[in-house]
Amino acid sequence: MTAYIIRRILMLIPVLFGVSLLVFSIIYLIPGNPAQVILGQRATTEAIAEVERQLGLDQPFYIQYFSYIGDLLTGDLGTSIKTKTAISEEIWPYLAATMELTLVAMVIAIFVGVNAGIISAWFHNSWFDYIAMILALIGVSMPVFWLGLMEQYVFAVRLDWLPSTGRYDPSTVIDSITNFYLIDTLIQGEFGKFKNLLSHIILPGAALATIPMAIIARMTRSTMLEVMKSDFIRTARAKGLNNIWVVYKHSLRNAVIPVLTVVGLQTGLLLGGAILTETIFGWPGIGRYIYDAIQARDYPVIQSGILIIATIFVIINLIVDLLYAAIDPRIKYK
Amino acid sequence: MSEPAQQPVQQKIVKKEKPSSPWRDGWRSFKKNKIALAGAIIVFGFVLIAIFADFLMPYGHNDQQLIDRFQPPSSEHWFGTDDFGRDVLSRVILGARISLMVGFTAVIGSVIIGSILGVIAAYYGRWVDTLISRIFDIMLAFPSILLAIAIVAILGPDLQNALIAIAIVNVPNFGRLIRSKVLSVKEEEYITAARAIGMSDFRILIHHIIPNSITPIIVQGTLAIATAIVEVAALSFLGLGAQSPDVDWGKMLDDSKAYLVDAPWTMIFPGLAIMLTVLGFNLMGDGLRDAMDPKMKN
Repeated sequence: MTAYIIRRILMLIPVLFGVSLLVFSIIYLIPGNPAQVILGQRATTEAIAEVERQLGLDQPFYIQYFSYIGDLLTGDLGTSIKTKTAISEEIWPYLAATMELTLVAMVIAIFVGVNAGIISAWFHNSWFDYIAMILALIGVSMPVFWLGLMEQYVFAVRLDWLPSTGRYDPSTVIDSITNFYLIDTLIQGEFGKFKNLLSHIILPGAALATIPMAIIARMTRSTMLEVMKSDFIRTARAKGLNNIWVVYKHSLRNAVIPVLTVVGLQTGLLLGGAILTETIFGWPGIGRYIYDAIQARDYPVIQSGILIIATIFVIINLIVDLLYAAIDPRIKYK
Repeated sequence: MSEPAQQPVQQKIVKKEKPSSPWRDGWRSFKKNKIALAGAIIVFGFVLIAIFADFLMPYGHNDQQLIDRFQPPSSEHWFGTDDFGRDVLSRVILGARISLMVGFTAVIGSVIIGSILGVIAAYYGRWVDTLISRIFDIMLAFPSILLAIAIVAILGPDLQNALIAIAIVNVPNFGRLIRSKVLSVKEEEYITAARAIGMSDFRILIHHIIPNSITPIIVQGTLAIATAIVEVAALSFLGLGAQSPDVDWGKMLDDSKAYLVDAPWTMIFPGLAIMLTVLGFNLMGDGLRDAMDPKMKN
């Protein structure tokens, strides 16, 4: 197992180097003079020279790349052109907001998806099964940005049940400890604020959760149908274990692998989807941060934001691969 | 029984049993799958709408009637009107043409580039394979929409660049697929035989390897069109794809954001069109996969 972990981590190094090279090259691939593009047509020669110096465009490519890698290894992500602040300082609250949203979405997706899949498999070919699977089919085909707008229209505009945008009410003051506000308010015992935060995260969380939820439900259902036919389930039933116990204890353990696959595959979708969801719901996450940077042509922020998301994505895939090997020992020998 | 009496019966049997081929078997199995057929009908419907858009649009897509702005759905404007008094139905119809064309073109582009790279990697092996495979790995390290956003951020926001971005993003998926298929096909005996009779690498690729690798591409391609349509709409929704006065479902949704309270129909119909098209391609793709490549069936 140790050898496998080491090999898998070593495989990560060239990929991360490639990712950093690609992200670093963004600025060099812009047609025309990047400094001119960033500053616009009316920029003065001095301003252009200053941005070129700031971005290191006056140096050869390879020197700049190695200096960039050196900076990255010391945690320096560069400086935002718009805010003039170190990106490594300002990015964390955005990243934490995205991670909070993504985690809530994943919890919703796994909880609803797995249970809907189990119930569908248990009541195979019943009306519940049909409705759940039709909804799952529609869910997979639903663009997250349209679903977000529909949710806003129904639950915020028409029914006025939940707030349509933001992470919390502007009048609320949150004392941040970890930047994961749900956890922070719970630690501080601020249940009113916790409720406020929760009401804001439900709509974007549900929008982001829909596609993985639908895929998890479909995969859990098909796996459970297989598992339920197996001998050990029949034995468990024959021993007199009641139905719910049989399903959750015995068969669900066997459904972990497909769910894990989906979790691994969908993380990228969730992180990508976060950009769209955050734009719709005014969620101050890293997707919104990148989106605003694109509008402002703040290339250092675009580079760092993309680099951070890609790195998280690669690491999550590594963790999923290692979990596979831990759960199913046959996998690492492939 | 006499001889002449037996002959017609034999002929009948011969007529009934057409020679079996993977394509014919696949089609037979696809036809039996009602859900997949429903998907194919939806896709076919949208293709027809896209082709005959000019005849089906009740109004010009940019005809502005400011006096009629924000009209709810009615017999005159089935899908209502938008903030400029433009007919939403006409714009959804024209949007079908643009979305499908962009989806198809992007996927065809990624199939061609992915196939070329995948074939080269698999056929020539060694450092060529390592280099191409690592490039694919690096591209797959990005969530696809994020990579597309990065590419459009470089090239500049417009529909053509969005199309190029989506095509590039999908290249590694097809490249890897073709690479693995070619790796298995090239070990077959008929390839060794072709090489033994002096066929050139290029001829072997064109006449044997590519035709034998085409099935998974068709399946993957159908599913990829669905994803491409959503991704292009997503880029347009973020303001990185179609720009005014171009019509695109994602752009229509982007424009509708500001009028959710006053004119929800400007948001409902373009979204519904995206969802139905994607559903159609997904159902059809799943059906094709089950019919043509039973091993891939879950």
